[in-house]
Amino acid sequence: MLTLDRLVIEQGDFRLTADLRVEKGRIVAVLGPSGAGKSTLLDVIAGFLPPSAGRVLWQGKDLGPLAPGDRPLSMLFQDNNLFPHLTAAQNVGLGLRPDLRLSPKDWQAVEAALARVGLAGLGDRVPAALSGGQRGRVALARMLLRGRPLMLLDEPFAALGPALKSEMLALVANLARETGATVLLVTHDPQDARAIAEETVIVADGRTHPPRPTAALLADPPPALRAYLG
Amino acid sequence: MLALSLGTLAAVAWRAEGAAALGPADWAAVRFTLTQALLSAVFSTALAIPVARALARRRFPGRGLLVTLLGAPFILPVIVAVLGLLAVFGRGGLVSQALSPFGLGPLDIYGLQGVLLAHVFFNLPLATRLILQGWLAIPAERFRLAASLGFSSRDIARRLEWPMLRAVLPGAFLVIFLICMTSFAVALTLGGGPRATTVELAIYQAFRFDFDLGRAALLSVIQFGLCAGAAALAFAVAVPGALGTGLDRPVLRWDSGAAALRLQDATWIGLATLFLVLPLGMIVVRGLAGLVDLPLSVWQAALRSLAVALGSAALTLALALPMAVAATRLGGARGAALQAAGTLAIAASPLVMGTGLFILLFPVADPVALALPVTALVNAAMSLPFALRTLTPAVAETEAAFGRLADSLGMTGRARIRHLLLPRLRRPIGFTLGLSAALSMGDLGVIALFADPGQATLPLQLYRLMAAYRMDAAAGAALLLLGLSLGLFWVFDRGGRLRADT
Repeated sequence: MLTLDRLVIEQGDFRLTADLRVEKGRIVAVLGPSGAGKSTLLDVIAGFLPPSAGRVLWQGKDLGPLAPGDRPLSMLFQDNNLFPHLTAAQNVGLGLRPDLRLSPKDWQAVEAALARVGLAGLGDRVPAALSGGQRGRVALARMLLRGRPLMLLDEPFAALGPALKSEMLALVANLARETGATVLLVTHDPQDARAIAEETVIVADGRTHPPRPTAALLADPPPALRAYLG
Repeated sequence: MLALSLGTLAAVAWRAEGAAALGPADWAAVRFTLTQALLSAVFSTALAIPVARALARRRFPGRGLLVTLLGAPFILPVIVAVLGLLAVFGRGGLVSQALSPFGLGPLDIYGLQGVLLAHVFFNLPLATRLILQGWLAIPAERFRLAASLGFSSRDIARRLEWPMLRAVLPGAFLVIFLICMTSFAVALTLGGGPRATTVELAIYQAFRFDFDLGRAALLSVIQFGLCAGAAALAFAVAVPGALGTGLDRPVLRWDSGAAALRLQDATWIGLATLFLVLPLGMIVVRGLAGLVDLPLSVWQAALRSLAVALGSAALTLALALPMAVAATRLGGARGAALQAAGTLAIAASPLVMGTGLFILLFPVADPVALALPVTALVNAAMSLPFALRTLTPAVAETEAAFGRLADSLGMTGRARIRHLLLPRLRRPIGFTLGLSAALSMGDLGVIALFADPGQATLPLQLYRLMAAYRMDAAAGAALLLLGLSLGLFWVFDRGGRLRADT
């Protein structure tokens, strides 16, 4: 279970509070207008930004003292999810060992992860030689291999076309179910939430609302969401 | 770095003897240093304006090559250029020969005029590049707007070009002033005597001929004060980056089609090209003959120089990369302070550092035995400002793009350097290594203080050949030095570009 315990995030004039819990194994959409602080919230959970007050806990353990790489989570950013100077296989291999000293068995695991996301045999390609969707798959393969229980996705597929995006989201949902991972998916598109998220968190007006079932939420939006949906 | 800049300064301050010890010759050196730096900066920037304007508004075959050539004097060994200038403007040079049928000449290049000539040779291209950057920074839309409003060339000059020049010229002027303040090799070869001695040269003479360490130290303090003052001024004026690229596109202009203007621009470009290319051409022409039977001592010196250059390049990178990373990580004011510390090396002249190191080393070791490592160290310190200017923005860019990804994957320490920084920074690292190796290869400064005849570097050996009037061997050695300097730069820079785009 992910717990945001009376979290306060402040940056200049910007202020966002969060006090909620996300059950283990859930896929939760984080929905809200741009500038509301969705990405900032993920940055705090991932450890890139210290909160002004409050704690982030995973299974009751305070993540505050842990560096981003030591937290029980993997994150996909909006862009730059792959190192352009490394091959797809090396990029995935970083999920096993950050210094890339991999045993033959490790490389087999890398190849298996690439095969699982539909990229069998493409491990030798550099990102520039892959399509946008394939690059997303490489990043997901790395996430799969890292095996961290919490997956944070900060609109990583926003640049893809609608068909490709829903394909990638479906893959995310499948991988999460296979591994039992908990997913936080930042998006500004209610369709994304409807597609894969059982629950949705609204970030608006400086507040993070606790998760509610997505279908019910979208059918009867509260004022904050209604203003955004228009 | 701070220890090297300030430690050596402290050492010279400690050994400096009261200002009363300053004779009239020393004051003359101070006056000459300021005068020649001022005049060099005035001539270089003033002549660069028409050349840069011509390059900015004309398109012609070879323009890109010429712009590249303008960057070459930066890594050109001073002593080689001096030899080339002598071949053109010297007593027996091309110009004197051309003048003699008219009963004029021969030219006398030694003294203030020679020092100025060499400084303009080195800094006219630099000033041209800086000013050209300013010209190309004027948005093309402004020229289009000006054309649609029917501006004449004079209107454009007043409304667009003069404001740009007012912003760019002070920085360019100060950079060149600062460079010429610490001029040693030029003054050593073309100046000298009571009327044309820089403070830097006076340090050398006090050290080498009089072995008056106290006076050398006192002069070092004065030199540091002069340079620190000029550097503080330069910081205040925000000196433009000299290493910028993207000078390869001319500005589309509608006002400069008149034949007179074309002729004027062609004349300026032609004269500047001749001024740059002729001395280098003379080096090649005369050097080829001398290259066949170079004395063994030249080859030995070349090997020593290569070792010093490679060591200095490695040292530069080993100092600059952690400083660039730290400056990026600290960010803000503290990062800027760290960068400023690296730039201190501009103010601490090589001879000041050399004198300081001599004073520090003398009690514990034989400075002469350490001549080559000390030279490599001082050369690295001199390259550091350029290395930081190149590396820091590249590190900042890499960290901005990939820092969070590396953090989230737990890539720290060696893994981060090996798999993130080194591959992403291949180009700037190659450029830095090339630049520092070439600068060290051609440096005639600190080595002149320390070395005995058995450990001369190639530039020093070349100077000795010149001093002994063995001009054929000197020309050959100059060509060798030129080839090695440019070759070192090319190899490293090229190495950095290979596969750099993946």
